[in-house]
Amino acid sequence: MKRPVIALIAFAIIACLPLLGDNYLLRLGTMFAMYAVLAQSWNIIGGYAGYPSFATAAFFGLGAYTGAILQGLGWPMPLAWVAAGLLAAVFAGAMGSAILHLKGHYFAIASLVLAEVLLEVTTSWTSLTGGGMGLNLPIIRMSIAAQARLFFWSMLGLAVLTFLMSWYVSAGRIGFALRCIRQNEDASSMVGINTTRYKVVAFVMSSLFVGAAGALYASWVFYIEPPDVYSVMTTIRPIVMTMLGGAGTLLGPVIGSAIFLVIEEVVWRNFLSVHAAVLGILIVGLIFYLPNGIVGAVARRFRKRGAEKGET
Amino acid sequence: MSILELKGLTQRFGGLIAVNDVDLSVEAGEIVGLIGPNGAGKTTVVNLITGVFRPSSGTVTFKGRRLDGLKPYQISRMGVARTYQVVQPFPEMSVLENVMAPAIFAAGAPSKAEAMRAADEAIDFLGLKDLRDTLASELTLAERKRLELAKSLAMKPEVLLLDEVNAGLNPAEIEIALEMIRAIAARGVTIILIEHLMKVVMSLCSRIVVLHHGAKIAEGKPDEITKNEKVIQAYLGNRYAKANAAEKPNV
Amino acid sequence: MLYAQILLNGLVLGGLYACISVGFSLVWGVLNVINVLHGSFVVLGSYIAYFAYAHFGIHPFFSIIIAGALLFALGYVVQLGLINRVVGAPVLTTLVLTFGLDLLLNNGMLLAFSADYRSVQLADPLGSAVVGGLVFPLDRLVAMLLAGVLTGLLYLLLVRSKIGRAIVAVRMDREAAALMGVDVKKIYAITFGIGALMAGAAGSLLSLVFPISPLAGSEYLSIAFIVCILGGLGSISGAIVGGIVLGLIQSFGALFIGPQHGLTIAFVLLIILLIFKPTGIMGRRGYE
Repeated sequence: MKRPVIALIAFAIIACLPLLGDNYLLRLGTMFAMYAVLAQSWNIIGGYAGYPSFATAAFFGLGAYTGAILQGLGWPMPLAWVAAGLLAAVFAGAMGSAILHLKGHYFAIASLVLAEVLLEVTTSWTSLTGGGMGLNLPIIRMSIAAQARLFFWSMLGLAVLTFLMSWYVSAGRIGFALRCIRQNEDASSMVGINTTRYKVVAFVMSSLFVGAAGALYASWVFYIEPPDVYSVMTTIRPIVMTMLGGAGTLLGPVIGSAIFLVIEEVVWRNFLSVHAAVLGILIVGLIFYLPNGIVGAVARRFRKRGAEKGET
Repeated sequence: MSILELKGLTQRFGGLIAVNDVDLSVEAGEIVGLIGPNGAGKTTVVNLITGVFRPSSGTVTFKGRRLDGLKPYQISRMGVARTYQVVQPFPEMSVLENVMAPAIFAAGAPSKAEAMRAADEAIDFLGLKDLRDTLASELTLAERKRLELAKSLAMKPEVLLLDEVNAGLNPAEIEIALEMIRAIAARGVTIILIEHLMKVVMSLCSRIVVLHHGAKIAEGKPDEITKNEKVIQAYLGNRYAKANAAEKPNV
Repeated sequence: MLYAQILLNGLVLGGLYACISVGFSLVWGVLNVINVLHGSFVVLGSYIAYFAYAHFGIHPFFSIIIAGALLFALGYVVQLGLINRVVGAPVLTTLVLTFGLDLLLNNGMLLAFSADYRSVQLADPLGSAVVGGLVFPLDRLVAMLLAGVLTGLLYLLLVRSKIGRAIVAVRMDREAAALMGVDVKKIYAITFGIGALMAGAAGSLLSLVFPISPLAGSEYLSIAFIVCILGGLGSISGAIVGGIVLGLIQSFGALFIGPQHGLTIAFVLLIILLIFKPTGIMGRRGYE
């Protein structure tokens, strides 16, 4: 059976989580789905195209505030989520056209600064965003348990959509073009690839569902404030998850976000005061001992075994 | 009507004039040699034709259509392909995938299967069949040069610019490469050969253009070029001087 | 008069910013590594100065030497043991690695020193002098002058010493330098050590000016980023120009727009500059 189909079945099994009736597990499930959205989205620009984007927090925060403000204006929740995703995508398109000609560190910094600027704007624009005081979302008339299920399924649905997008990318022209760009951008344009267009498309794809996830997150937690949704960690986590699972692979980001969530949860519960240090150690270990991620390491082992078989 | 025409092509980098008022007209089916000592501006001319740089002034016309101002990907789609002096494969891809990229994006293959067929044809033509599934990073230099040729062939080009395809190859490998270039020309592809190996240009080209300090100093048949005073002075003279120096390292 | 005072404040601030950034710029330029640890290195320098003063009564102006030496050793070891192994890897790898190391160091400092803001309370501060209607905060001024001296010493080291010339050679052309017998890995470690040394020295000077806390690390890092982009990468003069420009933007921005927006203006300026002129105000070509 094809691997993507297995992944879809796995998603379907996870969707049955509410049957267990455990609220803690349901919260973890929602977190997993959110992480999977962020990691898979980053993988498009960071993994396939190889552009070190640090803009995830910008898309997430923009989505969270868009969703929260629109819901405050009385928009229905799902519509606010869609609008948040679209606004994030428009923002990514505009900014991407401006900064994607930068390479390496310069692109990394420019993408990082996007979140900083949005953070400052959000904090200063008190009349719209509530400024540093944060923003409360309208109360939903629904039982707590029903809400938990609603947000879980919605976030998981978003994760599945992101997965389908990644699948479309990895199997098609876009993914091929992006892989070419990652390996040699000059040669890519010489073989007929419109590199600018593909890079902007990848950047937009890496923003759409992140913006929607931000809005969903805002509805889920009822209250957002600028340093929370624009946090640097919102940017770093998906990168680490993707590297853990395997950048530029279809399943890597999903596997990475599940493992990352487990590690994070264990550390938060047992070693709260050193959780940042543990993440630091995880990163260092990852770079030195698992540079291609789990999927990459497994693929390499298979290839090696295949080669040995071929010789004998 | 000529297939490719350069008129008054000029490129300045700051105060430096890399290409100075170059005129050139190439007929369909020709093999034209573009030679000159190092730093003469040969590669810059290639970069101007293929859209890497936008010329400071002057025009590039391909089949009546202006190329200057277009992006490299647009030019490659129109049927002007190039190879690089320093080979530029996609290292983590197989030979097949490397050749499929131009088949899909430049030649606009309608489907993956079609792209694969076109790529396989180019791979066979250049004798890379056994290496079809090898990663580009694992190829030898001579093989990578052939991959570069296969890639440009998969673009279905009408004009092919070959930038020092023989640099770094040994004499036996050069012989093979020459055969391949002849075979490509026999398919009706117009070729502009950028070279500094005199022997290569002499045997292949019907016409030779000599650049020196960015300007065209001579143009004509191979035997005319070898007799041209200016060329001997600027190009051969320089090279002989260098060769002499190299032979007597202790002096 | 008001403007003159703000100009003065901006210049003093800018001088300190230049000192924070010059080591960061050096590491970026020579190793092509953005050292996310840099902000925490500055903070560590501040703590060293703080404890040296609290326990041994050593004035922060003198603990530059202690902080510099300790940070040099730390930087040298970190580069030799860890970063050297990935120095040629894609940008993302070194960025994430130094980010991970920063999480470690910062968490360590939080455990050791807590997040509380501290400051060095000098027993006999120099106070301030009024000359021609302008207020000169003397401790800050001396700190800035020392920062200038340090930066000058670094310049001399790069231009005059054998090691400095090796560093410059590696920066220009790594392979050529290796062929001429330069031990590139060792030069990398020394360069990184010098970057950390400058951070530590800047940190001890800043202990007199800004409150000390592990939380300040990210702000110092932001300053270093901005200064490097503004001034252009990898040259000492670029860091000085960038630092002074940032200092002036902040002090005048505080006057015209509000004190909380100083860094915002700088960030907006930064992104505009990145889009239209990634080589910085000085127009030097960066490494990518």
